[in-house]
This record gives sequence, structure tokens and C-alpha cells, in this order.
Amino acid sequence: MSMEQERDLTKRQMIVCDHVSKTFYTKNTETKVIADLNITANENEFLVLFGPGQCGKTTALNVMAGLETATSGTVTVGNEIVTKPGPERGFVYQTTALFPWYTVMKNVEYGPRARGMSKKERRKKAQYYIDLVGLGGFENSFPNQLSGGMQQRVGIARAYCNEPAVLFMDEPFGHLDAQTRYLMQEEIIRIWEKERRTVVFVTNNIEEAVYLADRVIVLTNCPTRVKKEFIIDLPRPRNYTDDKFLNLRAEIQDVVDKTL
Amino acid sequence: MDKKRLKYFVISCTSVIVFLGIWYLCTAVLELVRPTSLPDPVTVVKTFFYKLTHKAPDGATLMQHMYSSLRVALMGYALSLIIGIPLGILMAWSKPIDLLASPVFDFVKAIPGLAWAPMMIILMGIGIASKGVTIFISGMIPCVLNAYVGIKQTKEVHLWVARTFGATRRQMLFKVAIPTALPYIITGARVSLGACWMTIVAAEMVASSSGLGYMIQQCRGIYRPDVIIVGMLTIGFLGSLLTALLGCIERALVKGRDYEK
Repeated sequence: MSMEQERDLTKRQMIVCDHVSKTFYTKNTETKVIADLNITANENEFLVLFGPGQCGKTTALNVMAGLETATSGTVTVGNEIVTKPGPERGFVYQTTALFPWYTVMKNVEYGPRARGMSKKERRKKAQYYIDLVGLGGFENSFPNQLSGGMQQRVGIARAYCNEPAVLFMDEPFGHLDAQTRYLMQEEIIRIWEKERRTVVFVTNNIEEAVYLADRVIVLTNCPTRVKKEFIIDLPRPRNYTDDKFLNLRAEIQDVVDKTL
Repeated sequence: MDKKRLKYFVISCTSVIVFLGIWYLCTAVLELVRPTSLPDPVTVVKTFFYKLTHKAPDGATLMQHMYSSLRVALMGYALSLIIGIPLGILMAWSKPIDLLASPVFDFVKAIPGLAWAPMMIILMGIGIASKGVTIFISGMIPCVLNAYVGIKQTKEVHLWVARTFGATRRQMLFKVAIPTALPYIITGARVSLGACWMTIVAAEMVASSSGLGYMIQQCRGIYRPDVIIVGMLTIGFLGSLLTALLGCIERALVKGRDYEK
């Protein structure tokens, strides 16, 4: 642990979750979803939160993004304590959260537009990110005219276009078919290598976790806490069938099996 | 392709032709019904052209009746859109307004629009005002209900997106909730138009001195079924025309997007 801390000190800490817990209260019940979460994400790091279904990964992400407030503990992004959602924290959602009444262009430029950027400037910026995610030529299409994979590309472009310091991705490829999913995993790494950001990516797919991450944090069942951390120091682009890849995968699987 | 469309057109026409044929057969050829009870189609067409320019037997030409009905109906309709849609939106968006308006509205919506007519006539006489208000009430109810339901369809995730992009609550209403509700609002406007048109005709039959409803009611008294049928056909035609116009407006407004729901 001490070695890891030393390693962390050399990098700027972008996101710090300090003893975060979250309990949902309804009339007669209280559900503790997050027990005690201590997570740090470094600047420009691709961090993957990996855990079983319904374990509270999404809640953890929502708390970090400020969509939910923590019952106790604090989340710090940059130098600010998170209390509400903000433009410096982008979010890519599980399902397509595009506005169906806007074209691809208008969806992508939504953030800059809400901040009052001039039309010429925001068009240029949006065009850059639309091209970056490989959707050049679809600027005037409506979301329902696009496939699921393309819709998620728009979602990614929209999050990027607002130029957030950190990006939260909540199982963005969960609803895609296997083939598209592989493709999108390659794509998200390509985009991230071109436009470095701190990314916190939630998934329940172990292969995806190992393929994408600089570091994988394995979470326990609900109420969730950190089970174990893995540093994935494989060179990119990674190969799903590489020996080292498979070993790491097995190692993580081993920890997960003990978690359940 | 054109041949196919011609074929469909012929099939669609068949029902109209068969209907007119049977009508003609029963009245003019077989004389099963007395012409004073049910005139034949040819007489109705003749009456139609006669009524367009002649005031007999009910005191105004068909054009005047049409103008009178349309004017009141569209005035009441415009009012119900202007007040009903914002009211529905605000009720769905703001809890206090919902709590304030709901008890009254839930009660009002249970009363058929036409039931307001007698009270309004006592208050305002049988002129435009009483009918206008009656129509406004009938037309407002579907506007409010549909706008309300539409706003409630707003997806939470869309509001989240807006919030992560730093949108204010006002922006969320205008850029997220209202676009979501737009198809519902337009449905409300269409239902409302039908309600307004039905109410005006019915209100004119209850108490009036002009209008299509007045015309057919008068001609029942003086036993002129041909004029009654002309009136009914005119009511039907104008109703369809208004609906078609609204359809054009709808297509212009919600261009290029049918929502996945």
C-alpha cells in the first residue's frame, strides 16, 4: 500500500472519494447502497469500477457526478467539493440519453450552447467531436435514425464537447450487441488517447474492464466498498486473447468469486 | 405505383357510391320513404346550392350560418389553447400550482362542456359571449389534460443531462420538458378542436339566433329535412377541413421526428 501511495503522489489527484456512504430512505425502509467508499482517480487516468450487478456502481458514479448527494463523506473533483452536477463533470449514460427532438449536431453542441458560446464557435467544436467519434456526415440525423452504437457515439461526443475535466461513463456499452461492443471499446480508447481526460468507467463486464482500464477497482456486493485494486499495465492496443490479459482477467475473476 | 393508388382510390370511392346509390334507390326510385321525411340526394344537392345564396326558410344564407359558427368556435378554440396549454404545463411542472388548480380543474372536467350553456346564457344572453365561454371550457379540458400528461413524460435522464450541462430550471422546462410534451400538446389541440366544433353546433341548437346548429334546429320545426341534411353535411365537411388544417400545422411543427416511447 505504501508503494502505491508513493506512486499516487507523483500524479495529480483528480477525483477523491473520502469515506462516501449512501443510504436511500423510503417511508418504511432504508437501503444502504454504499457502505464506505474511498476511491482516488488521477489526472488523465482511465479508471474502471467493476462489480456485480446491482452492487451500487451506478449510485457511486451518480454521487461522484453530483446527481445524488452522499449520505456521509465527501467527493472532491479538482479542488472543489461536489454538491451538484456541473459542466466540468461529463456523463455518458447507460441508455441513450440523447434528446430525440434534436439532431446529432444540436445534441452535441448542447453543453456549449447552454453556456452561451457563440454559434460559430460551438458548431466548430461540435463538428470536431462528431468527426472524432466517427459520425461525420450524420450531423443532421435524428437519434432515432441511428443504431444503438452510433447513438452512444453521439453521447460520448456530447460529453466531450463540453470539455469537462472528468468523464463518467455508466455502462455505456451495456445495451450493445457483442460485436458493436468490442468495436466501441476500441473506439473509446482511441478517442481517449487523442483527448486525454480522467475517465471513471463503470462496467459489470470483466473483459471490458481489463481491456479499457489503467486501473480496475473491484467493488463488493451491496452495500458496496472497495474490494481490491488492480493496476493494468498492459500496453495498448490490448489483445483479448493475450496470455497476460487472460491471467489478469483470471486474477480479477478470482477476487470477484470470493466477493459473492 | 400509380396504378395501385388509382385502385385504392376506386375502392375508397365504392363505399360512398354504394351509399348514395342505396339512398337514391330508396327515395327517388322505390319511394319507400316520403320525400317530406327523407329527400333524395339530388334534392339535397339542389337545396345546398339554393341555400348558399338564399335566406329562406330560416333567415340566413348557408354562408352566413357557416361564418357565424366558425367565428364563435375558433374564438373559443383559440382561447382554450392560449389558456389551457400553459395551464397544463404549469400544473405538471410546479407542485404548488398543481395543488392550487387541481381541485377546481378535476371538478370542472367532470362536467360536459355543453352543460355550461344554460348558465352562461342566463349570465350573458344568447350572443357570442355565452357560446364562446361554453366552447372555451369544453376545449380547454383536453388541452390541459394532454399538456399535463406530456410534461409528465419527461425522462429523468434527460433532466440529468440538462443538469450536468448546467441548465437552469427554466431552461429545463423550455428545452427539455416542453419538447418532450410537444406531441402530446398537439394531440390535445386536436381533441380540443373536435370538442369545440361539437359544442358550438350543440350550443346553437340549445339557444341561438344563427349558426349551423340553429339552422338545422329551425328546419326540424318547419319540416325541411333537405336543409337539415345540408346542414349536417356542412358541419361534417367543415369539421374535417379544420382537422386537416391542424394536421398540416402538426407536420410542420414536429418535423423529422417521431418519438420512441
